[in-house]
Amino acid sequence: MAGPYSEKVMDHFMHPRNVGEMKDPDGVGKVGNPVCGDIMEMYIKVKDNIITDVKFKTFGCGAAIATSSMATEMIKGKSIDDALKLTNKAVAESLEGLPPVKMHCSVLAEDAVKSAIDDYLKKTTGKGLPGFKPRSDDEHEHGH
Amino acid sequence: MKRIYLDYAATTPAHPEVLAAMQPYFSQRFGNASSMHSFGQEAKAAVERAREQVAALIGARPEEIVFTSGGTESNNFAVHGAVKADSHIITSAIEHHAVLEPCKLYKNVTILPVDKHGLVDPDELRKALTDKTVLVSIMHANNEIGTIEPIEEIGKVLKGKGIVFHTDAVQTVGGIEVDVNKLGVDLLSLSGHKFYGPKGIGALYIRKGTKMKSFLLGGGQERHRRASTENVPGIVGLGVAAELAIKEMEMRNEKLLKLRNKLIEGIKKNIPDVILNGHPEKRLPKNVDVTVKYVEGESMLLNLDMQGIAVSTGSACSSGSLEPSHVMIAIGHSPETAHGSIRFTLGRLTATNDIDRVLDVFPKIVKKLRAMSPLAKGGD
Repeated sequence: MAGPYSEKVMDHFMHPRNVGEMKDPDGVGKVGNPVCGDIMEMYIKVKDNIITDVKFKTFGCGAAIATSSMATEMIKGKSIDDALKLTNKAVAESLEGLPPVKMHCSVLAEDAVKSAIDDYLKKTTGKGLPGFKPRSDDEHEHGH
Repeated sequence: MKRIYLDYAATTPAHPEVLAAMQPYFSQRFGNASSMHSFGQEAKAAVERAREQVAALIGARPEEIVFTSGGTESNNFAVHGAVKADSHIITSAIEHHAVLEPCKLYKNVTILPVDKHGLVDPDELRKALTDKTVLVSIMHANNEIGTIEPIEEIGKVLKGKGIVFHTDAVQTVGGIEVDVNKLGVDLLSLSGHKFYGPKGIGALYIRKGTKMKSFLLGGGQERHRRASTENVPGIVGLGVAAELAIKEMEMRNEKLLKLRNKLIEGIKKNIPDVILNGHPEKRLPKNVDVTVKYVEGESMLLNLDMQGIAVSTGSACSSGSLEPSHVMIAIGHSPETAHGSIRFTLGRLTATNDIDRVLDVFPKIVKKLRAMSPLAKGGD
Protein backbone atom coordinates (compact mmCIF):
# COMPACT_ATOMS: atom_id res chain seq x y z
CA MET A 1 0.00 0.00 0.00
CA ALA A 2 1.68 3.18 -1.15
CA GLY A 3 0.76 6.13 0.98
CA PRO A 4 2.14 9.44 2.11
CA TYR A 5 4.14 7.76 4.88
CA SER A 6 7.17 5.49 4.88
CA GLU A 7 6.93 1.94 6.22
CA LYS A 8 8.87 3.00 9.32
CA VAL A 9 6.43 5.80 10.05
CA MET A 10 3.47 3.43 9.61
CA ASP A 11 5.15 0.92 11.91
CA HIS A 12 5.60 3.49 14.67
CA PHE A 13 2.10 4.77 14.07
CA MET A 14 0.39 1.38 14.19
CA HIS A 15 2.65 -0.01 16.94
CA PRO A 16 3.83 2.97 18.93
CA ARG A 17 6.51 2.33 21.55
CA ASN A 18 6.32 3.60 25.12
CA VAL A 19 2.69 4.72 25.08
CA GLY A 20 1.09 5.32 28.41
CA GLU A 21 1.17 7.08 31.71
CA MET A 22 3.87 7.08 34.32
CA LYS A 23 3.52 6.97 38.08
CA ASP A 24 5.47 9.86 39.66
CA PRO A 25 7.34 11.06 36.59
CA ASP A 26 10.46 13.12 37.26
CA GLY A 27 9.75 15.41 34.33
CA VAL A 28 6.64 16.09 32.26
CA GLY A 29 6.73 17.85 28.89
CA LYS A 30 3.55 19.27 27.32
CA VAL A 31 3.74 20.79 23.86
CA GLY A 32 1.58 21.53 20.90
CA ASN A 33 -1.68 23.31 20.46
CA PRO A 34 -5.19 22.37 19.44
CA VAL A 35 -5.29 24.83 16.52
CA CYS A 36 -2.95 22.72 14.44
CA GLY A 37 -4.25 19.50 15.91
CA ASP A 38 -1.15 18.09 17.60
CA ILE A 39 -0.70 17.78 21.35
CA MET A 40 2.10 15.72 22.89
CA GLU A 41 2.82 14.83 26.50
CA MET A 42 6.07 13.15 27.44
CA TYR A 43 6.96 11.72 30.86
CA ILE A 44 10.50 10.85 31.92
CA LYS A 45 12.07 9.05 34.83
CA VAL A 46 15.63 10.11 35.58
CA LYS A 47 18.20 8.37 37.76
CA ASP A 48 21.83 9.47 38.03
CA ASN A 49 21.31 11.76 35.06
CA ILE A 50 20.13 8.87 32.86
CA ILE A 51 16.61 8.75 31.42
CA THR A 52 15.65 5.33 32.69
CA ASP A 53 12.09 5.34 31.47
CA VAL A 54 9.97 7.41 29.13
CA LYS A 55 6.30 7.35 28.19
CA PHE A 56 4.16 9.50 25.94
CA LYS A 57 0.61 10.37 24.98
CA THR A 58 -0.22 12.12 21.73
CA PHE A 59 -3.31 13.61 20.15
CA GLY A 60 -2.47 13.98 16.50
CA CYS A 61 -2.05 12.56 13.05
CA GLY A 62 0.06 9.64 11.82
CA ALA A 63 3.25 11.68 11.80
CA ALA A 64 2.57 13.11 15.25
CA ILE A 65 2.17 9.67 16.80
CA ALA A 66 5.13 8.20 14.89
CA THR A 67 7.52 11.03 15.76
CA SER A 68 6.64 10.96 19.46
CA SER A 69 7.09 7.19 19.52
CA MET A 70 10.46 7.43 17.76
CA ALA A 71 11.60 10.28 19.99
CA THR A 72 10.94 8.23 23.14
CA GLU A 73 12.94 5.33 21.70
CA MET A 74 15.81 7.64 20.87
CA ILE A 75 16.13 9.09 24.37
CA LYS A 76 15.43 6.03 26.48
CA GLY A 77 18.56 4.99 28.34
CA LYS A 78 20.43 8.12 27.29
CA SER A 79 21.93 10.77 29.53
CA ILE A 80 20.16 14.11 29.84
CA ASP A 81 22.97 15.74 27.87
CA ASP A 82 22.66 13.23 25.03
CA ALA A 83 18.90 13.52 24.99
CA LEU A 84 19.20 17.28 24.63
CA LYS A 85 21.20 16.74 21.44
CA LEU A 86 18.16 15.16 19.77
CA THR A 87 17.02 17.17 16.76
CA ASN A 88 13.80 16.99 14.80
CA LYS A 89 15.85 16.15 11.71
CA ALA A 90 17.32 13.11 13.47
CA VAL A 91 13.82 11.96 14.41
CA ALA A 92 12.59 12.39 10.82
CA GLU A 93 15.66 10.60 9.44
CA SER A 94 15.22 7.66 11.82
CA LEU A 95 11.69 7.37 10.46
CA GLU A 96 13.13 7.31 6.93
CA GLY A 97 11.67 10.68 6.15
CA LEU A 98 8.44 12.59 6.52
CA PRO A 99 6.32 14.42 3.95
CA PRO A 100 7.37 18.13 4.00
CA VAL A 101 3.99 19.21 5.33
CA LYS A 102 4.50 16.87 8.32
CA MET A 103 7.96 17.99 9.35
CA HIS A 104 6.43 20.20 12.01
CA CYS A 105 5.41 17.04 13.88
CA SER A 106 9.06 16.10 14.29
CA VAL A 107 9.70 19.61 15.66
CA LEU A 108 6.97 19.00 18.19
CA ALA A 109 8.57 15.70 19.23
CA GLU A 110 11.93 17.40 19.76
CA ASP A 111 10.22 20.09 21.81
CA ALA A 112 8.38 17.47 23.86
CA VAL A 113 11.71 15.92 24.89
CA LYS A 114 13.21 19.31 25.77
CA SER A 115 10.06 20.32 27.60
CA ALA A 116 10.19 17.18 29.76
CA ILE A 117 13.85 17.79 30.56
CA ASP A 118 13.15 21.48 31.24
CA ASP A 119 10.47 20.44 33.72
CA TYR A 120 12.81 17.90 35.37
CA LEU A 121 15.55 20.52 35.72
CA LYS A 122 13.12 23.06 37.18
CA LYS A 123 11.97 20.51 39.76
CA THR A 124 15.47 19.37 40.75
CA THR A 125 17.66 22.46 40.37
CA GLY A 126 15.12 25.27 40.44
CA LYS A 127 16.26 26.39 37.00
CA GLY A 128 14.92 25.16 33.69
CA LEU A 129 16.66 24.59 30.40
CA PRO A 130 18.48 27.82 29.49
CA GLY A 131 16.79 29.62 26.65
CA PHE A 132 14.17 26.95 26.16
CA LYS A 133 10.91 28.04 24.58
CA PRO A 134 8.91 25.49 22.63
CA ARG A 135 8.80 26.64 18.98
CA SER A 136 5.50 24.93 18.46
CA ASP A 137 3.58 27.22 20.80
CA ASP A 138 3.69 30.43 18.82
CA GLU A 139 4.28 29.28 15.29
CA HIS A 140 1.13 29.03 13.29
CA GLU A 141 2.90 28.42 10.02
CA HIS A 142 5.32 25.75 11.22
CA GLY A 143 7.56 26.62 8.33
CA HIS A 144 10.94 24.94 8.25
CA MET B 1 -9.35 -8.35 3.08
CA LYS B 2 -12.36 -6.77 1.46
CA ARG B 3 -11.89 -3.12 0.54
CA ILE B 4 -14.82 -1.03 1.65
CA TYR B 5 -15.25 2.35 0.01
CA LEU B 6 -17.18 4.83 2.12
CA ASP B 7 -16.07 8.11 0.59
CA TYR B 8 -18.80 8.57 -2.03
CA ALA B 9 -18.96 12.31 -1.35
CA ALA B 10 -15.39 12.59 -2.61
CA THR B 11 -16.08 10.64 -5.77
CA THR B 12 -18.02 7.65 -7.09
CA PRO B 13 -17.21 4.75 -9.40
CA ALA B 14 -18.63 5.19 -12.88
CA HIS B 15 -21.75 3.08 -13.47
CA PRO B 16 -21.08 0.25 -15.96
CA GLU B 17 -23.83 1.60 -18.24
CA VAL B 18 -22.12 4.99 -18.19
CA LEU B 19 -18.82 3.46 -19.29
CA ALA B 20 -20.48 1.40 -22.00
CA ALA B 21 -22.28 4.46 -23.36
CA MET B 22 -19.07 6.54 -23.43
CA GLN B 23 -16.90 3.96 -25.13
CA PRO B 24 -17.89 4.48 -28.78
CA TYR B 25 -17.24 8.22 -28.53
CA PHE B 26 -13.50 7.88 -28.10
CA SER B 27 -12.48 6.24 -31.34
CA GLN B 28 -15.55 5.32 -33.36
CA ARG B 29 -17.94 8.27 -33.11
CA PHE B 30 -15.06 10.59 -32.34
CA GLY B 31 -16.06 13.59 -34.39
CA ASN B 32 -15.82 17.18 -33.18
CA ALA B 33 -19.37 18.19 -32.32
CA SER B 34 -18.90 21.51 -34.10
CA SER B 35 -17.92 19.92 -37.43
CA MET B 36 -20.48 20.18 -40.23
CA HIS B 37 -19.84 16.70 -41.63
CA SER B 38 -21.45 13.44 -40.52
CA PHE B 39 -18.75 12.64 -37.97
CA GLY B 40 -19.40 15.95 -36.28
CA GLN B 41 -23.15 15.72 -36.55
CA GLU B 42 -23.36 12.32 -34.88
CA ALA B 43 -21.25 13.65 -32.01
CA LYS B 44 -23.48 16.72 -31.82
CA ALA B 45 -26.57 14.56 -31.66
CA ALA B 46 -25.11 12.69 -28.70
CA VAL B 47 -24.32 15.97 -26.95
CA GLU B 48 -27.84 17.27 -27.43
CA ARG B 49 -29.35 14.02 -26.23
CA ALA B 50 -27.25 14.22 -23.05
CA ARG B 51 -28.33 17.82 -22.61
CA GLU B 52 -31.95 16.68 -22.53
CA GLN B 53 -31.11 13.95 -20.02
CA VAL B 54 -29.34 16.35 -17.66
CA ALA B 55 -32.10 18.95 -18.01
CA ALA B 56 -34.71 16.33 -17.15
CA LEU B 57 -32.82 15.47 -13.95
CA ILE B 58 -33.17 18.99 -12.59
CA GLY B 59 -36.44 20.15 -14.16
CA ALA B 60 -34.76 22.53 -16.56
CA ARG B 61 -35.00 23.22 -20.27
CA PRO B 62 -32.19 21.68 -22.37
CA GLU B 63 -31.07 25.09 -23.65
CA GLU B 64 -30.48 26.13 -20.05
CA ILE B 65 -27.72 23.52 -19.56
CA VAL B 66 -24.10 24.49 -20.24
CA PHE B 67 -21.58 21.66 -20.03
CA THR B 68 -18.40 22.39 -18.09
CA SER B 69 -15.39 20.46 -16.81
CA GLY B 70 -17.07 19.90 -13.48
CA GLY B 71 -18.36 21.45 -10.28
CA THR B 72 -15.37 23.71 -9.72
CA GLU B 73 -15.61 25.29 -13.15
CA SER B 74 -19.37 25.66 -12.81
CA ASN B 75 -18.95 27.43 -9.47
CA ASN B 76 -16.23 29.73 -10.80
CA PHE B 77 -18.37 30.46 -13.87
CA ALA B 78 -21.39 31.20 -11.72
CA VAL B 79 -19.57 33.72 -9.52
CA HIS B 80 -17.46 35.50 -12.13
CA GLY B 81 -20.19 35.33 -14.74
CA ALA B 82 -22.89 36.97 -12.66
CA VAL B 83 -21.06 39.82 -10.94
CA LYS B 84 -19.06 42.97 -11.59
CA ALA B 85 -16.12 44.26 -9.54
CA ASP B 86 -18.26 46.34 -7.16
CA SER B 87 -21.21 43.95 -6.91
CA HIS B 88 -22.41 42.87 -3.48
CA ILE B 89 -22.31 39.10 -3.09
CA ILE B 90 -23.88 37.10 -0.28
CA THR B 91 -22.67 33.58 0.42
CA SER B 92 -22.32 31.25 3.41
CA ALA B 93 -19.47 30.28 5.72
CA ILE B 94 -19.70 26.64 4.75
CA GLU B 95 -19.50 26.87 0.97
CA HIS B 96 -17.01 24.73 -0.90
CA HIS B 97 -13.70 26.41 -1.68
CA ALA B 98 -14.73 26.46 -5.36
CA VAL B 99 -17.25 29.15 -4.38
CA LEU B 100 -15.33 30.88 -1.59
CA GLU B 101 -12.11 31.30 -3.56
CA PRO B 102 -13.69 33.08 -6.56
CA CYS B 103 -15.64 35.27 -4.09
CA LYS B 104 -12.33 36.38 -2.54
CA LEU B 105 -11.61 38.33 -5.71
CA TYR B 106 -14.45 40.71 -4.87
CA LYS B 107 -14.46 43.44 -2.25
CA ASN B 108 -18.10 43.50 -1.27
CA VAL B 109 -18.89 40.02 0.04
CA THR B 110 -21.12 39.11 2.98
CA ILE B 111 -20.45 35.70 4.45
CA LEU B 112 -23.47 34.47 6.37
CA PRO B 113 -22.83 32.41 9.48
CA VAL B 114 -24.58 29.09 10.01
CA ASP B 115 -26.08 27.57 13.12
CA LYS B 116 -24.64 24.57 14.96
CA HIS B 117 -26.28 22.23 12.42
CA GLY B 118 -24.86 24.14 9.51
CA LEU B 119 -28.14 25.75 8.47
CA VAL B 120 -28.32 29.17 6.85
CA ASP B 121 -31.13 31.36 8.21
CA PRO B 122 -33.25 32.81 5.37
CA ASP B 123 -34.15 35.74 7.63
CA GLU B 124 -30.50 36.61 8.25
CA LEU B 125 -30.04 36.48 4.50
CA ARG B 126 -32.98 38.84 3.98
CA LYS B 127 -31.45 41.29 6.45
CA ALA B 128 -28.12 41.15 4.62
CA LEU B 129 -29.61 42.21 1.27
CA THR B 130 -28.63 45.65 -0.01
CA ASP B 131 -29.59 47.51 -3.16
CA LYS B 132 -26.18 46.56 -4.57
CA THR B 133 -26.69 42.81 -4.06
CA VAL B 134 -26.23 41.07 -7.37
CA LEU B 135 -25.55 37.45 -6.46
CA VAL B 136 -26.54 35.11 -3.65
CA SER B 137 -24.76 31.76 -3.60
CA ILE B 138 -25.82 29.12 -1.07
CA MET B 139 -25.01 25.44 -1.47
CA HIS B 140 -27.85 22.96 -1.66
CA ALA B 141 -26.15 20.51 0.71
CA ASN B 142 -22.78 20.61 2.44
CA ASN B 143 -20.21 18.06 1.40
CA GLU B 144 -18.71 17.63 4.87
CA ILE B 145 -21.62 17.53 7.27
CA GLY B 146 -24.42 16.64 4.85
CA THR B 147 -26.82 19.37 5.96
CA ILE B 148 -29.44 20.28 3.35
CA GLU B 149 -29.97 24.04 3.14
CA PRO B 150 -33.39 25.78 2.91
CA ILE B 151 -32.92 26.73 -0.74
CA GLU B 152 -36.65 26.89 -1.46
CA GLU B 153 -37.23 29.39 1.39
CA ILE B 154 -34.27 31.47 0.26
CA GLY B 155 -35.66 31.37 -3.27
CA LYS B 156 -38.90 32.85 -1.92
CA VAL B 157 -36.99 35.60 -0.07
CA LEU B 158 -35.19 36.55 -3.28
CA LYS B 159 -38.15 36.25 -5.66
CA GLY B 160 -38.74 39.30 -7.81
CA LYS B 161 -35.74 41.20 -6.46
CA GLY B 162 -33.65 40.89 -9.60
CA ILE B 163 -30.86 39.14 -7.72
CA VAL B 164 -29.14 36.15 -9.28
CA PHE B 165 -29.57 33.10 -7.03
CA HIS B 166 -26.92 30.40 -7.43
CA THR B 167 -26.75 27.08 -5.67
CA ASP B 168 -23.80 24.70 -5.63
CA ALA B 169 -25.76 21.47 -5.98
CA VAL B 170 -22.74 19.24 -6.55
CA GLN B 171 -23.65 17.06 -3.56
CA THR B 172 -27.38 16.83 -4.33
CA VAL B 173 -27.89 16.45 -8.09
CA GLY B 174 -28.30 12.79 -8.87
CA GLY B 175 -28.65 12.04 -5.15
CA ILE B 176 -31.84 13.71 -3.96
CA GLU B 177 -34.65 15.52 -5.76
CA VAL B 178 -33.46 18.74 -7.37
CA ASP B 179 -35.94 20.90 -9.29
CA VAL B 180 -34.74 24.34 -10.33
CA ASN B 181 -38.27 25.74 -10.36
CA LYS B 182 -39.21 24.38 -6.95
CA LEU B 183 -35.93 25.69 -5.57
CA GLY B 184 -36.30 29.03 -7.33
CA VAL B 185 -32.68 29.25 -8.46
CA ASP B 186 -31.21 31.03 -11.46
CA LEU B 187 -27.88 29.19 -11.53
CA LEU B 188 -27.02 25.68 -10.40
CA SER B 189 -23.74 23.73 -10.41
CA LEU B 190 -23.56 19.99 -10.83
CA SER B 191 -20.75 17.45 -11.21
CA GLY B 192 -20.76 14.08 -12.96
CA HIS B 193 -18.36 12.12 -10.81
CA LYS B 194 -20.53 12.62 -7.73
CA PHE B 195 -23.35 10.50 -9.13
CA TYR B 196 -21.68 7.63 -10.97
CA GLY B 197 -20.70 9.62 -14.04
CA PRO B 198 -17.13 10.23 -15.21
CA LYS B 199 -14.73 12.78 -13.74
CA GLY B 200 -13.97 15.96 -15.62
CA ILE B 201 -17.55 16.80 -16.61
CA GLY B 202 -20.32 18.81 -15.07
CA ALA B 203 -22.76 21.55 -15.96
CA LEU B 204 -23.98 24.98 -15.01
CA TYR B 205 -27.72 25.50 -15.24
CA ILE B 206 -28.45 29.06 -16.35
CA ARG B 207 -32.10 30.09 -16.16
CA LYS B 208 -33.32 31.62 -19.43
CA GLY B 209 -32.98 35.37 -19.18
CA THR B 210 -30.10 35.38 -16.68
CA LYS B 211 -27.34 37.58 -18.03
CA MET B 212 -23.92 36.01 -17.67
CA LYS B 213 -20.39 36.97 -18.68
CA SER B 214 -18.73 33.98 -20.29
CA PHE B 215 -15.87 32.47 -18.37
CA LEU B 216 -14.08 30.40 -21.01
CA LEU B 217 -13.67 32.37 -24.22
CA GLY B 218 -12.72 31.01 -27.62
CA GLY B 219 -14.55 29.15 -30.35
CA GLY B 220 -18.13 29.91 -29.35
CA GLN B 221 -19.25 26.45 -28.28
CA GLU B 222 -22.25 26.03 -25.97
CA ARG B 223 -23.88 29.03 -27.67
CA HIS B 224 -20.94 31.27 -26.84
CA ARG B 225 -21.35 30.58 -23.16
CA ARG B 226 -18.46 28.17 -22.71
CA ALA B 227 -15.78 27.75 -25.35
CA SER B 228 -13.86 24.49 -25.82
CA THR B 229 -14.30 21.46 -28.01
CA GLU B 230 -16.98 19.44 -26.33
CA ASN B 231 -15.89 16.50 -24.21
CA VAL B 232 -18.32 14.23 -26.01
CA PRO B 233 -17.55 11.00 -24.14
CA GLY B 234 -17.80 12.86 -20.82
CA ILE B 235 -21.04 14.55 -21.83
CA VAL B 236 -22.54 11.26 -22.99
CA GLY B 237 -21.49 9.67 -19.69
CA LEU B 238 -23.03 12.53 -17.73
CA GLY B 239 -26.29 12.13 -19.63
CA VAL B 240 -26.51 8.41 -18.92
CA ALA B 241 -25.65 8.98 -15.25
CA ALA B 242 -28.49 11.50 -15.12
CA GLU B 243 -30.95 9.09 -16.68
CA LEU B 244 -29.94 6.33 -14.28
CA ALA B 245 -30.29 8.72 -11.36
CA ILE B 246 -33.88 9.52 -12.31
CA LYS B 247 -34.65 5.83 -12.68
CA GLU B 248 -32.90 4.57 -9.54
CA MET B 249 -32.99 7.48 -7.08
CA GLU B 250 -35.87 6.30 -4.96
CA MET B 251 -34.51 2.78 -4.66
CA ARG B 252 -30.98 4.01 -3.97
CA ASN B 253 -32.12 6.34 -1.21
CA GLU B 254 -34.34 3.75 0.43
CA LYS B 255 -31.28 1.55 0.86
CA LEU B 256 -28.99 4.42 1.82
CA LEU B 257 -31.27 5.72 4.53
CA LYS B 258 -31.43 2.29 6.15
CA LEU B 259 -27.67 1.83 6.05
CA ARG B 260 -26.92 5.39 7.09
CA ASN B 261 -29.22 5.23 10.09
CA LYS B 262 -27.82 1.84 11.07
CA LEU B 263 -24.32 3.31 11.02
CA ILE B 264 -25.33 6.38 13.02
CA GLU B 265 -27.14 4.30 15.64
CA GLY B 266 -24.29 1.82 15.85
CA ILE B 267 -21.68 4.53 16.33
CA LYS B 268 -23.73 6.32 18.99
CA LYS B 269 -24.32 3.06 20.81
CA ASN B 270 -20.79 1.69 20.75
CA ILE B 271 -18.60 4.75 21.02
CA PRO B 272 -19.02 7.23 23.88
CA ASP B 273 -18.29 10.96 23.47
CA VAL B 274 -19.22 11.15 19.80
CA ILE B 275 -21.06 14.05 18.13
CA LEU B 276 -23.04 13.72 14.91
CA ASN B 277 -22.27 16.78 12.81
CA GLY B 278 -24.89 18.39 10.63
CA HIS B 279 -28.65 18.44 10.97
CA PRO B 280 -30.15 15.21 12.32
CA GLU B 281 -33.03 15.14 9.82
CA LYS B 282 -32.22 17.62 7.06
CA ARG B 283 -29.21 15.66 5.93
CA LEU B 284 -28.12 13.75 2.86
CA PRO B 285 -29.15 10.09 2.87
CA LYS B 286 -25.52 9.11 2.32
CA ASN B 287 -23.75 11.20 4.95
CA VAL B 288 -22.49 10.23 8.40
CA ASP B 289 -20.09 12.82 9.75
CA VAL B 290 -19.02 12.43 13.33
CA THR B 291 -16.66 14.11 15.71
CA VAL B 292 -14.89 11.66 17.98
CA LYS B 293 -13.66 13.45 21.08
CA TYR B 294 -10.04 13.17 22.23
CA VAL B 295 -8.85 11.63 18.98
CA GLU B 296 -7.53 13.19 15.77
CA GLY B 297 -9.07 12.56 12.36
CA GLU B 298 -6.11 11.48 10.25
CA SER B 299 -5.04 8.89 12.78
CA MET B 300 -8.55 7.38 12.66
CA LEU B 301 -8.53 7.53 8.86
CA LEU B 302 -5.19 5.70 8.60
CA ASN B 303 -6.28 3.00 11.02
CA LEU B 304 -9.51 2.49 9.08
CA ASP B 305 -7.55 2.42 5.82
CA MET B 306 -5.34 -0.33 7.22
CA GLN B 307 -8.53 -2.30 7.75
CA GLY B 308 -9.56 -1.68 4.15
CA ILE B 309 -12.13 1.00 4.95
CA ALA B 310 -11.87 4.29 3.03
CA VAL B 311 -13.29 7.44 4.61
CA SER B 312 -12.57 11.14 4.83
CA THR B 313 -11.68 13.58 7.60
CA GLY B 314 -12.09 17.29 8.21
CA SER B 315 -8.80 17.33 10.10
CA ALA B 316 -6.26 19.72 8.69
CA CYS B 317 -3.42 17.26 9.11
CA SER B 318 -4.66 15.38 6.13
CA SER B 319 -5.34 18.35 3.90
CA GLY B 320 -1.91 19.92 3.66
CA SER B 321 -2.81 23.10 5.46
CA LEU B 322 -2.68 23.36 9.23
CA GLU B 323 -6.05 25.01 9.67
CA PRO B 324 -9.02 22.92 10.67
CA SER B 325 -11.94 22.62 8.26
CA HIS B 326 -13.76 25.94 7.84
CA VAL B 327 -17.02 24.01 8.00
CA MET B 328 -16.20 22.57 11.41
CA ILE B 329 -15.30 26.00 12.75
CA ALA B 330 -18.45 27.53 11.23
CA ILE B 331 -20.69 25.08 13.10
CA GLY B 332 -18.99 25.93 16.36
CA HIS B 333 -16.28 23.36 16.92
CA SER B 334 -13.25 24.28 18.96
CA PRO B 335 -9.91 23.55 17.27
CA GLU B 336 -9.54 20.29 19.25
CA THR B 337 -12.84 18.84 18.19
CA ALA B 338 -12.58 20.30 14.68
CA HIS B 339 -9.63 17.98 14.13
CA GLY B 340 -11.50 14.93 15.34
CA SER B 341 -14.01 14.40 12.56
CA ILE B 342 -14.54 11.38 10.36
CA ARG B 343 -16.91 11.40 7.41
CA PHE B 344 -18.46 8.18 6.08
CA THR B 345 -20.42 8.66 2.87
CA LEU B 346 -22.31 5.66 1.55
CA GLY B 347 -23.26 4.79 -2.00
CA ARG B 348 -24.57 2.50 -4.67
CA LEU B 349 -22.29 -0.41 -3.84
CA THR B 350 -22.43 -0.18 -0.05
CA ALA B 351 -23.72 -3.39 1.52
CA THR B 352 -25.14 -4.14 4.94
CA ASN B 353 -22.12 -6.19 5.92
CA ASP B 354 -19.88 -3.22 5.08
CA ILE B 355 -21.68 -1.29 7.81
CA ASP B 356 -21.36 -4.29 10.14
CA ARG B 357 -17.61 -4.37 9.51
CA VAL B 358 -17.26 -0.67 10.24
CA LEU B 359 -19.20 -1.06 13.48
CA ASP B 360 -16.93 -3.93 14.43
CA VAL B 361 -13.68 -2.17 13.62
CA PHE B 362 -14.25 1.54 14.34
CA PRO B 363 -14.98 1.34 18.09
CA LYS B 364 -11.78 -0.68 18.59
CA ILE B 365 -9.76 1.92 16.67
CA VAL B 366 -11.19 4.74 18.74
CA LYS B 367 -10.46 2.84 21.95
CA LYS B 368 -6.85 2.26 20.91
CA LEU B 369 -6.30 5.91 19.96
CA ARG B 370 -7.98 7.23 23.10
CA ALA B 371 -5.65 5.06 25.20
CA MET B 372 -2.73 7.05 23.81
CA SER B 373 -4.40 10.45 23.86
CA PRO B 374 -3.49 13.07 26.48
CA LEU B 375 -7.01 14.50 26.11
CA ALA B 376 -8.89 11.37 27.15
CA LYS B 377 -9.26 11.14 30.88
CA GLY B 378 -8.75 7.70 32.38
CA GLY B 379 -9.56 5.33 29.53
CA ASP B 380 -12.38 5.86 27.05
